[in-house]
Amino acid sequence: MKLSRRCFLSFSLGTTVGITLSPLPWKITDDLSIWTQNWPWTPVPRDGAYSLENSACTLCPGGCGISVRKVDHRAVKIDGMKDHPVNDGGICILGASGLQYLYGPFRLPSPLKRVGERGEGRWKNISWKQALTEVSEKLSEIRSNGEPEKVAVISGKKEGTIACLLERFLTVYGSPNFMTPSTVEDSYEAALHLMQGSRASVGFDFENADFVLSFGSGILEGWGSPVKIFQAIGKLKKDGSVIQVEPRLSNTAAKSDRWVPINPGTEAAMIMGVAHVIIREKLYDENFINTSTSGFQKYQSLVMEDYSPEKVSVITGIASSQIVAIAREFAKASKPIAICGRGEGRIAGNVHETMAVLALNALKGNFNREGGLWSVPKPDYIKWAEAKPDQTALEGLEKGRIDGAGSKEYPFMTSLLDRFPKMINEENSYGIQALLVSNANPLYTMPDTEAVKKAFEKIPYIVSFSSFMDETAQFSDILLPNPIYLERYEDVPTAAMYKKPVLNLTKPVVKPLHNTINTGDIIIKIAKSFGGSIADAFKWRDYETCLKETLGAQWEILKKQVVTEDKNFVANSPALETNAGKFQFVADDVNKSQNSKAGIPHFEDLGINGAAGNFVLIPYDSMPLSTGYVASAPFMLKVVSDKALYHQDTVVQINPETALILGLKEGSYANLETSVGSARVKVTLYDGIMPNVIAMPSGLGHTAYDDYMGNGKGVNINQVLGVVEDPVTGLNAAWGIRAKFSKA
Amino acid sequence: MSASEEKTKEVSEETAGKGADKSKEPSNAGIIFIFFVLGLGVSIMVGWILFPKVLYSQKEQPFDFNHENHMLMVDNGCQSCHFFREDGTFSGAPKLEQCIDCHYDIHGGSEDEIIFHEQYVANNLEVPWLIYYKQPNCVFFSHAAHVINAEMDCRTCHGDIGESTSLPVYEYNRLSSYSRNIWGQNIAGLKRNTWDRMKMSDCSDCHQRNNVNQNSVQTLKGPCFVCHK
Ligand code: SF4
Repeated sequence: MKLSRRCFLSFSLGTTVGITLSPLPWKITDDLSIWTQNWPWTPVPRDGAYSLENSACTLCPGGCGISVRKVDHRAVKIDGMKDHPVNDGGICILGASGLQYLYGPFRLPSPLKRVGERGEGRWKNISWKQALTEVSEKLSEIRSNGEPEKVAVISGKKEGTIACLLERFLTVYGSPNFMTPSTVEDSYEAALHLMQGSRASVGFDFENADFVLSFGSGILEGWGSPVKIFQAIGKLKKDGSVIQVEPRLSNTAAKSDRWVPINPGTEAAMIMGVAHVIIREKLYDENFINTSTSGFQKYQSLVMEDYSPEKVSVITGIASSQIVAIAREFAKASKPIAICGRGEGRIAGNVHETMAVLALNALKGNFNREGGLWSVPKPDYIKWAEAKPDQTALEGLEKGRIDGAGSKEYPFMTSLLDRFPKMINEENSYGIQALLVSNANPLYTMPDTEAVKKAFEKIPYIVSFSSFMDETAQFSDILLPNPIYLERYEDVPTAAMYKKPVLNLTKPVVKPLHNTINTGDIIIKIAKSFGGSIADAFKWRDYETCLKETLGAQWEILKKQVVTEDKNFVANSPALETNAGKFQFVADDVNKSQNSKAGIPHFEDLGINGAAGNFVLIPYDSMPLSTGYVASAPFMLKVVSDKALYHQDTVVQINPETALILGLKEGSYANLETSVGSARVKVTLYDGIMPNVIAMPSGLGHTAYDDYMGNGKGVNINQVLGVVEDPVTGLNAAWGIRAKFSKA
Repeated sequence: MSASEEKTKEVSEETAGKGADKSKEPSNAGIIFIFFVLGLGVSIMVGWILFPKVLYSQKEQPFDFNHENHMLMVDNGCQSCHFFREDGTFSGAPKLEQCIDCHYDIHGGSEDEIIFHEQYVANNLEVPWLIYYKQPNCVFFSHAAHVINAEMDCRTCHGDIGESTSLPVYEYNRLSSYSRNIWGQNIAGLKRNTWDRMKMSDCSDCHQRNNVNQNSVQTLKGPCFVCHK
């Protein structure tokens, strides 16, 4: 038999017919199409039982409740907690990104000890036992040298058991140096102290107000408790109105009923100008002024003398007719609220400006009543037996604080962190040997990054309790990671600028993913290792016991419902705790040696630093860019506008006129230089900003975390911003900085 | 022989030769046909017999399980173990937690029971059951809508598994990684029972036949969105 070509063709034909008659081609086509949709490397979430667990968010001071959706034991989504008094089901972008902080690869897996140079990023895993022993030994060595004041704590939280444990530890150890980052809330607190005599936080009842006059506050940019404010202002705007006085057309300005552009830094003059018109036209609440205030005459004569609309117009650039119109609108409203604190209120600001705002509110008597400004008492549920410092500790405490808070210069202040780097760098202080950092990232968040770094370089031993490899952790000597808020119990008292006292409890909605220990437990363990009076002040077995005992009956309630709120709370006249029981237009607890007006609200040109430069640089905040302890999560960076961040470059906003003069076009590169530092930036032309002012986004330019968390994306605005001390409070009052700006 | 005669002979021989060639032709065609049939046969064998064997791979369940036996001991039929959670979602294969409700101790001494206890209960590990009827991730399927609302019997889709004494062999498709039960045992995709196949067309056939939910309940969008949310 001879095999011919035909045989072969015939065989092929047979095969083709046979294959066609078999299911092979049809099945394989079907399967291939499925295969292309199911790449084996595509992660597929596991199925399981769904559940919702309520807890609290700690990513900002907003004080929101959250509902964590779980599939079996895994957390898969975070929503706002329904019926929570602060956020009632709402959530912000940062809160919704919480899971990225839980699962992120930038979490610290276990205690780490630095092995390379500082900041080099070389670490060694160590056991908790070794870590705690090393820290205890170091602290004990400093104390036995008789220098306990040389240990300082920077705590991101002012209140709550963790902050109190840290402070208590310092007290019995012998150091007064418990420091917390300051915000506009501190300025309000100082102003409330000066004008109302109360040690209270400020709260605003926006929901029931009918008019909001905001002096640069980023109502839609993270000011106060963001979700609450969003909801409340949304409600207010249905019938009432919002006027935004701000140098830049921000989101808040764009969404308000009217935007009033103003020369940057002159807001206080505008506040005084509005007061002038109200007083001149007798539009104020006479009854309140006569019965509940003191010092009105002095205030009135200052206002009448220096702040006529014409004078104010020259300072602020706002037409005097507009000042009059705004004042009348404010006075006409039945429940008007005036607020200050630029952007999200990261910078404390000038206390005289804050006092001017309180005084303006007082003119309408809109205090401690529905739709007004409330004094919210400080949380008082922590009632521990008084700590008894021993002799060494007492000697340390007597040395006074390194940051000058509570000193003769700043008598009623409790913390002035922004002065800390300066004090260390100037070397006229006693210096710091060990720094403990909890819930804070000062190397990123504090102005004048270079100066902060220089100060940190002088501190021989830095311990970070951060859960993440942030800038400060990266520059520390030993890392004692805290579980994140989804993995731990912690009390969260107060919500920023919220009108009532609330107390939240975070709880472990998932088991800790890493080898972490709650900072509270660490402090208790370290304190116990000292024995004597230090151990005596920490009798609790562990942090949970401490929390349980502290909260007493509230513990079970909070575990069940996450939040307790004093529903019947009404801030009433007892909040006016001055000697006369009245609101004081003129504060007495102020050092008037340098300025006769100190103590009376007024506009004060503190002069932002850097004489050189024809331009003024102002920072601006936005919701997707976190400026605080935690960096923006990948979810957030996705929605940052390319007018703020373009690839790896920070984009600054300038007026087209400025661009024309400098020969800059949309997208050109420019060099920005201030007395503090310099940066190469891109420009975008924006009519919503006045000529010669440069607006730069805050929250960019991380140098730690990882690429997905903004490492290397843009410039940290704190590299070019400085500190200007408020003469009364010592808080940072720098709303901007002078800058040189030129084409790159 | 004249020259013309010779020529005639030559021609006739030639013709005869050609005639002989022609007589071989049918047998050549036969060979070619045989090759055709051979090709046909081989490919049909490949397509129908070899291909399914290559396409599907068999996996062992962690240990065997007797459904019939369990059915005799429980009160609430299939839903005793494959229950609806409080929020209406379906629990699927039972978790260790449910199993040890009854099997807190070794019951009987079967090899499977011992594996269950030694490897899973003792180590608090979930049993990695292979799920025969697992629909792909892009498919939204609500057991509650079918079993509770439409009062369908489990058998309609899952057949007689509840009466089996042993678990069937689990086969998975090497290309699509789906269980064989989705396409069905018949490689041609033919089915006799409703539970023989669970492809998209089987779902839509049933929905059309019963004239139910031709559009998404949630969005009212077209038929695709009934299952692909
Ligand atoms: S506003 Fe703050 S507390 Fe509230 S959800 Fe957002 S990050 Fe969390």
